[in-house]
Amino acid sequence: MSIKRIFIANRGEIAVRIIRTCQKLGIETVLGVSEADRASLGAQMADRTLCLGPSQPGASYLKVETVVQAALGSQCDAIHPGYGFLSERADLANLCEKEGVVFIGPTALQIEAVGDKLRARTEAIAADVPVVPGGPVGSPEEAAALGAQIGAPLLVKAVGGGGGRGMKLVERLEDLLPTMDMASAEAGAAFGDARVYLERYVAEGRHIEVQLLGDGAGKVIHLGERDCSVQRRYQKLVEETPAPHLPADTRERLLEAAVRFAARLNYRGAGTVEFLYDIKRDEFYFLEMNARIQVEHPVTEMVTGVDLVEQQIAIADGRGLALDQADVTFTGAAVECRVNAEDPANGFAPSPGTVARAQWPQGAGIRVDSHIVDGAKVPPFYDSMIAKVIAHGPDRESAIALLQRALADTRIEGIATNTAFQSTILQHPAFAHGGVDTGFLARMLAEEGTA
Amino acid sequence: MALLEASRFDRLNLEMDGVKLELVRSGAGGRSAAVAAPAPVAAPAPVSAPAPVSAPAPVAAAPAPVAAQSREGLIEVKSPLLGIFYRAPKPGEASFVEVGDRVEPDTIIGIVEVMKLMNSARAGVSGTVVEITGQNGELVEHGEVLLLVKPD
Repeated sequence: MSIKRIFIANRGEIAVRIIRTCQKLGIETVLGVSEADRASLGAQMADRTLCLGPSQPGASYLKVETVVQAALGSQCDAIHPGYGFLSERADLANLCEKEGVVFIGPTALQIEAVGDKLRARTEAIAADVPVVPGGPVGSPEEAAALGAQIGAPLLVKAVGGGGGRGMKLVERLEDLLPTMDMASAEAGAAFGDARVYLERYVAEGRHIEVQLLGDGAGKVIHLGERDCSVQRRYQKLVEETPAPHLPADTRERLLEAAVRFAARLNYRGAGTVEFLYDIKRDEFYFLEMNARIQVEHPVTEMVTGVDLVEQQIAIADGRGLALDQADVTFTGAAVECRVNAEDPANGFAPSPGTVARAQWPQGAGIRVDSHIVDGAKVPPFYDSMIAKVIAHGPDRESAIALLQRALADTRIEGIATNTAFQSTILQHPAFAHGGVDTGFLARMLAEEGTA
Repeated sequence: MALLEASRFDRLNLEMDGVKLELVRSGAGGRSAAVAAPAPVAAPAPVSAPAPVSAPAPVAAAPAPVAAQSREGLIEVKSPLLGIFYRAPKPGEASFVEVGDRVEPDTIIGIVEVMKLMNSARAGVSGTVVEITGQNGELVEHGEVLLLVKPD
């Protein structure tokens, strides 16, 4: 089997990034676009562009049947879903299999196994991967027993909640039962589901994740970890590798746990296991697995020299995993800033529009993944991320210094961007020291009085 | 309009397939009403057209194609969605329309198949078919010109 033409079911910078690797490999590309993206850089670079539908994602990028029809009708052997949109949709993987098109990603069963949070947690426990201590409670007696086992502080979470909703903090164990009664009543009213569960509260946690590649037959290797703790409202802004100040033995255990989780699933392709790292306890807990290429994959590529999209294609093509763990070496440090079309001075309001002029930084150790060129449009229908600026240096300090210069060399006219804000983050003493927790950015904004 | 209302902007310009829509928040010093020219026909047009394949297939309601003014005063009838274009209800049967035929806005001019789901495409305009640009059995993209019609 040999993939000769790939349908790219995505847009923006990741479409451009996938096309670049395809061009390097001599693979033809067909890009599916919405009406809003007909003139995008990706559309100009692809060998062929097909309009899937109107600008709203639900009418174009999210239409599984339309994407597969477009791939079949343009004689593509494979579909690359990128990230977001259809990348973790088991129905796309299933339809591809049925129609004889290669899905560049894991199997539908693997997507399902990791897509459901409770199911993934069960898989983690089965793989002997630590999860946040906690569990469902049905009675006051159960709650008291589990509460004592977890210890305070802990969270009472609504089963029907998520994304920070339906959570209550219990500082002292004697407050557990009254808080649980209240949380249960509120959850019943808000989500139509009164069930709650208890979870250890991690006061200071870092988001650390592990990049994996699996051949689908049980061989899984890691390509190191990434620290993505600089977040605003659960959106990552700065990512880096290696994770600063992570104890060496903890790092080893974290990497091994991620590999164990994916190997047990016979995971195929590129994936990432996310952990919450409890700074005070020096422990880590499984959060979830992302069954796709991730936004922040370039920092891993910079320090390892491995083209992850190329590996995805090779694995999907049935050529297995050419790399062994010993082949993966790590050189220096890499840091990435996400450039968003938003205005930090105006409550981070989205700033769609037309880019009059775009000047991106260049030079050794600098990488820019973007679809934004002079005259490019930033439509209001999609995510506000327009670029990733990545710097690689022999150590973290030099990588950050290089990234600062790169941000200073970035000029985007016509829309507001967050580059100055990113520069402020990089300058902050806590970030410069390294190893900040996920609450860092909210505190920094509060200090500035712009939260 | 919901997009504009939910945003901090005073003005929203949308342009797609030759349809320009400008929305201005009232009090923003501009026009306060929506201006659309030409107006797209937004109403879905469900129909039970015969399927072009032998197997029974569901026929979905597709939005009416947007007919746009083009060169020489002809109207372009565009595909309402991406899929495989069929000019006839079944292989071997007569085409829905031929050059010289009259069409009305509701006239079915072809079928666009998306993974076995058959969607009827309509003329969206009154006039005479001058040219058929869509190739039978070939992939057409969303907005691809299928017919040229000389309007009445």
